[in-house]
Amino acid sequence: MSLRLVAPMWNGTRGIHRLGGAVVPEGNQKKERKMLQFLNNHFYDVEALRGYLLQREMSKVHLKNRSFTWLEEQHGPYSAGAFFILKQGGAVKFRDKEWIRPDKYGHFSPEFWNFREVPVEAVDASDCEINYEGLDNLLLLKELQSLSLQRCPHVDDWCLSRLYPLADSLQELSLAGCPRVSERGLACLHHLQNLRRLDISDLPAVSNPGLTQILVEEMLPNCQVVGVDWAEGLKLGPEEQPQDTASPVPA
Amino acid sequence: MIRRVLPHGLGRGLLTRRPGTRRGGFSLDWDGKVSEIKKKIKSILPGTPCDVLPDTSHLPPEHSDVVVVGGGVLGLSVAYWLKQLENRRGGMRVLVVERDHTYSQASTGLSVGGICQQFSLPENIQLSLFSASFLRNINEYLAVTNAPPLDLQFNPSGYLLLASEKDAAAMESNVKVQKQEGAKVCLMSPDQLRNKFPWINTEGVALASYGMENEGWFDPWCLLHGLRQKLMSMGVFFCQGEVTRFVTSSQRMMTTDDEMVTLKSIHEVHVKMDHSLEYQPVECAIVINAAGAWSAQIAALAGIGKGPPGTLQGTKLPVEPRKRYVYVWHCPQGPGLETPLVADTSGAYFRREGLGSNYLGGRSPAEVSRVGWDMLARRHRIIVMKESGFWPGSVCFVHPQVQTAWAGYYDYNTFDQNGVVGPHPLVVNMYFATGFSGHGLQQAPGVGRAVAEMILEGSFQTIDLSPFLFNRFYLGEKTQENNIM
Repeated sequence: MSLRLVAPMWNGTRGIHRLGGAVVPEGNQKKERKMLQFLNNHFYDVEALRGYLLQREMSKVHLKNRSFTWLEEQHGPYSAGAFFILKQGGAVKFRDKEWIRPDKYGHFSPEFWNFREVPVEAVDASDCEINYEGLDNLLLLKELQSLSLQRCPHVDDWCLSRLYPLADSLQELSLAGCPRVSERGLACLHHLQNLRRLDISDLPAVSNPGLTQILVEEMLPNCQVVGVDWAEGLKLGPEEQPQDTASPVPA
Repeated sequence: MIRRVLPHGLGRGLLTRRPGTRRGGFSLDWDGKVSEIKKKIKSILPGTPCDVLPDTSHLPPEHSDVVVVGGGVLGLSVAYWLKQLENRRGGMRVLVVERDHTYSQASTGLSVGGICQQFSLPENIQLSLFSASFLRNINEYLAVTNAPPLDLQFNPSGYLLLASEKDAAAMESNVKVQKQEGAKVCLMSPDQLRNKFPWINTEGVALASYGMENEGWFDPWCLLHGLRQKLMSMGVFFCQGEVTRFVTSSQRMMTTDDEMVTLKSIHEVHVKMDHSLEYQPVECAIVINAAGAWSAQIAALAGIGKGPPGTLQGTKLPVEPRKRYVYVWHCPQGPGLETPLVADTSGAYFRREGLGSNYLGGRSPAEVSRVGWDMLARRHRIIVMKESGFWPGSVCFVHPQVQTAWAGYYDYNTFDQNGVVGPHPLVVNMYFATGFSGHGLQQAPGVGRAVAEMILEGSFQTIDLSPFLFNRFYLGEKTQENNIM
């Protein structure tokens, strides 16, 4: 069961924000999908229904990523950006304050509205449905130091090309598990020269993880790149073959 | 006892219900059934076999509202927006005629695939910006249920244009216009260049402009395939054939200056099939000339340019094919992952290709060049490269090895190197979408929408491309684009 998928498969009624077939068990899933495809190919009604459901999923994501920049004049950029993240289900940390996280019902404490001048230091947007348009709101946080976009299903190469305004302050970035990020998006991280820690593990769309890691390390010399162990793909030479456990250990 | 009396087959049919397709109803194997019936009739009738139903599946339909001549990215984009913006679903029948279904000489497939907003004309910048947003949301625009999403392999690495002393002022004013239109471009001095990209040799470079967002390169085949798939799902007809004749009807009318002018209208298109003399006349209302490097031929078929020179009737479409070569070389110590598409002061450009230290580059065609209508050669042109001094002078490539090369045509507009969009003033139902001289691919979505708006609404609605109309060739007003790559 490999995690390597070039692009997530549309799964129709399941919703487009699932990895769609990457980590699901075979068998029943395949039969269901075959049945759905057969119905789709032979009946206009099924095709129209699937199209409508897809459109609805997409408009839900658009709604989540609508612009909150109008809040900036009333409450300041930091609160506006923090509100966007908290509404998405992520967590924010203002400077010298504790992490603010929404609970399982999506409620969060409104104390951050008072932090007009306090910049946001860290954002944890793991598993959030942020996309290219939603980054408008995230980029309000000019002094962000740590950003975690782990497993975000809509963060892709285009989104990474938008991160350069945070170059002065961003020191830590995590993209682990994002299904749409490939090595082409990682190439535009070279603007972030203050980055000290970059996590690029588990990216299914990257074609050659070991080589990509080496190239990214060359691109960002001051940064510690955590990701794939680049020796994993190398074949062992004849003298390095793993020893047979039965043979005696040389003294 | 009843079961034993009834004949075997009848009994089973009456007393049991079998699952499966309804007998006598719509069967999934219709084509097979037709050929079986044909065979049966052949065997029954005496004498020579006659085709009861001749096979016309390769011919285009006899009537079509719009005929798009040319199935490259521009033609498909116009067809897409026509179907997308039509008021009634299924209200317009669109036929796309493409001479070569392998696209072996089409500019789309042989393109380097770059997109950038660093132009001098605001219209070009807006077209590229719209195209960038189209490509970004391509899976919403070109969504087909049951098909996997498209992966354009977009590299958002940006464009870096280098300018010498004499071009620096022009570059500054261009960047000002670009920033006004909303492109994210910044200017860099030679020191900043050396800091950022230490592998650049900044000798002779006075200024550079670097695109930060919405610029890069992508896979043109993927866009073409996605458009084709979406068009097939929207009910557009595709035909492989060559347009050989337009049947027009004319009308003489008086202008306000009391001059007689002949207005023509194309009402039939003759599409000839490959390797045969068979042709199909297609009755049509509108013809779109998106034939790329061969648009002038199609225009001449409609009588554009047949008249005394200096008059509107005698103004030809100034689009001709210009060959340009692209080379792929391997250089192990070359620039790293962050390399943008670098375009030199001499017009040469290069970019990275993949992860393995391969680079791809070429040089824009010169102002005047000899062109032959020969086959595009795909030999390694190492000698030609060295002679023409191609190597981008600003980057030192140590020990490069040329891996492969190919040639492609630009649909080069010899008048002002910008596209021709919109209707012809005399042939009233021919619309142009051609002549983009190397940036057709990156502007295709925007141009397609503009032409569709022109046809459906009568004027440009979103991006005003009036500077690109055909009239400018007669009036002599050049809409010059200074940055062509």
